[in-house]
Amino acid sequence: MDFLTWVRSPWGEDILGHVSWDLFWAALVGGLAFLVAHASYLVLSAHRKRQQHETDALEAAYPALPTRVTRHSLAARAFHWVMAAAMFVLLLTAFLPVVGVQFPWVTWHWMAGVVLTASILFHVVHATLALDFWSIWVGPRDLPELKAEILRELGHEVPGPKSGKYPLGNRLYHLAIVVVGLAVTATGLVMMVRVRTPFLTRNPYLLSDATWGVTYVLHGMAGVALVGLVMAHVYFAVRPEKWWITKSMLLGWITRRQYLEHHDPERWSV
Amino acid sequence: MSVIRDVMSPFELFQPTSVAGAMELLDRYGRDAMVLAGGLDSMDWLKDRIKRPSAVVDLGAIAELKGIRPWQDGLEIGAMTTLTDVVRHETVRKRFTILLDAAESAASPQIRNQGTLGGNLSQDTRCWYYRAGWSCYRAGGNICYADTPEALNREHAIFDADRCVAVSPSDTAPALVALDASMVLQTRRGERVVAAEDYFVGPGTDITRMTVLEPGDLLTAIRIPGTWAGARFYLEKVRDRNVWDFALVSVASAMVERGGAIERIRLVVNGVAARPKRLVQSEQAAAGRPPNESTAAAAAELAILGAQPLRHNAYKVPLMRNLVKRAIRGVEDVSWTS
Repeated sequence: MDFLTWVRSPWGEDILGHVSWDLFWAALVGGLAFLVAHASYLVLSAHRKRQQHETDALEAAYPALPTRVTRHSLAARAFHWVMAAAMFVLLLTAFLPVVGVQFPWVTWHWMAGVVLTASILFHVVHATLALDFWSIWVGPRDLPELKAEILRELGHEVPGPKSGKYPLGNRLYHLAIVVVGLAVTATGLVMMVRVRTPFLTRNPYLLSDATWGVTYVLHGMAGVALVGLVMAHVYFAVRPEKWWITKSMLLGWITRRQYLEHHDPERWSV
Repeated sequence: MSVIRDVMSPFELFQPTSVAGAMELLDRYGRDAMVLAGGLDSMDWLKDRIKRPSAVVDLGAIAELKGIRPWQDGLEIGAMTTLTDVVRHETVRKRFTILLDAAESAASPQIRNQGTLGGNLSQDTRCWYYRAGWSCYRAGGNICYADTPEALNREHAIFDADRCVAVSPSDTAPALVALDASMVLQTRRGERVVAAEDYFVGPGTDITRMTVLEPGDLLTAIRIPGTWAGARFYLEKVRDRNVWDFALVSVASAMVERGGAIERIRLVVNGVAARPKRLVQSEQAAAGRPPNESTAAAAAELAILGAQPLRHNAYKVPLMRNLVKRAIRGVEDVSWTS
């Protein structure tokens, strides 16, 4: 299996071209293997949530909680679904030609890329000004939660969950998406200089041949990584025990009971 | 590093005598095989050592790919029929003169004696950056050297460029699209018939190919229906010299008149995009109107809508406009505008 393709510049130098499409197939197979492995594991492993008596005690301790707890504002949900639509268009336009479905994909691809970029910019501003910015990030404070999650997976009875607004899995996924998403967006924006758009004057000499090669490789690697990440995201979104989270991304709210079952009121106060 | 020319890389040469034999070879070698028709385009690639196939499948010995025979109300022309044979065929000369003109405008008599209709249709683009072996988009890289600020792109595309700005070099392609011909392909999944218009692909669809032919596919015949037989045809090829040259822009049209008005018309231009460009809007604008100056001017203005010239080929816009005008109203009382 090849990882990278090399091309020859007019000066006779071997420079990076782009990623090998073998990596796309590897991401696809790897993603599917993970889904199968995870689904098989969950058949044997009971889903961990706060036990009933714990939740009952919390309900008694927090009597003033509303019956519906707002989890995602309309703006946050709009961002999520616009970004999701743009991401699907980007992945389909990028990889359908690889699997043999030929169509003029470039225009759709860069337009979806512009939508994705705009939605990310909106999200950064919105999260900074209107949301609890740090609630989605992971850091040293999450080590106890990580330890508890690992112990639970190993079969130990650990009280909790300890998560704030976002479960640890959500936060780790967000981190991965931030890294990969920024890589693919930044390189994609630079690559738009190479194609005809109404926004930019074409300039294929903006970067050196070698730097362009690195840009294309980074874009390709991030794109291939997104195949696996998006597969995992969709998989978790449709899993029955995660449906309450998906539903909250549609409706914006969760029930009081769900709030107490899955969240730590000390870390996410309503 | 010096570039070695005229000494080909080694390859295995196969000369099958049947389409089935050729298909078996193409299936066996896949992307490593090159199909040789007349050899006029292929030999350049081989001698320049730009393409280095491990197997070359020469179709010259396959009799079933040669010859012109009646087909329904029209003709079926074997893909390996030489351009000279096309030009000399009685029915072509009587009923499909646009194909006669197109085939006769290709290259030189010697080349037409060797070159085939299938090869003329399926040849690769003449973009010299690509043919020089540079790693451009079409060659699997990530740049179009012909679309850079300093590029020499006088012959390149003004329409439908999608990263690559190469154009179709085929002289017979626009005529066959105008005649509503269809291409008969042999593929691994059996026979496939494709409209001539859909036989050619642009870079937006597949940047590494000029036609729908995939590795392992073979163009076996071209079918021309009688739909446009005996119509009023027009073909004009503008080139830097009058023989042995590729078109800068060419136009092919087939027109049927009734009662002094255009009943139906097909207009195709080549040399302006990676595939022959059918001018559907112009056809619709011209239909039902007399083939005069005013109709021609209106259709020609529609034809050039959306043109995006490169640094050195803006001349193609007025050239194309005038060719379309001439195709509709004829060349008498000619007045060119720029």
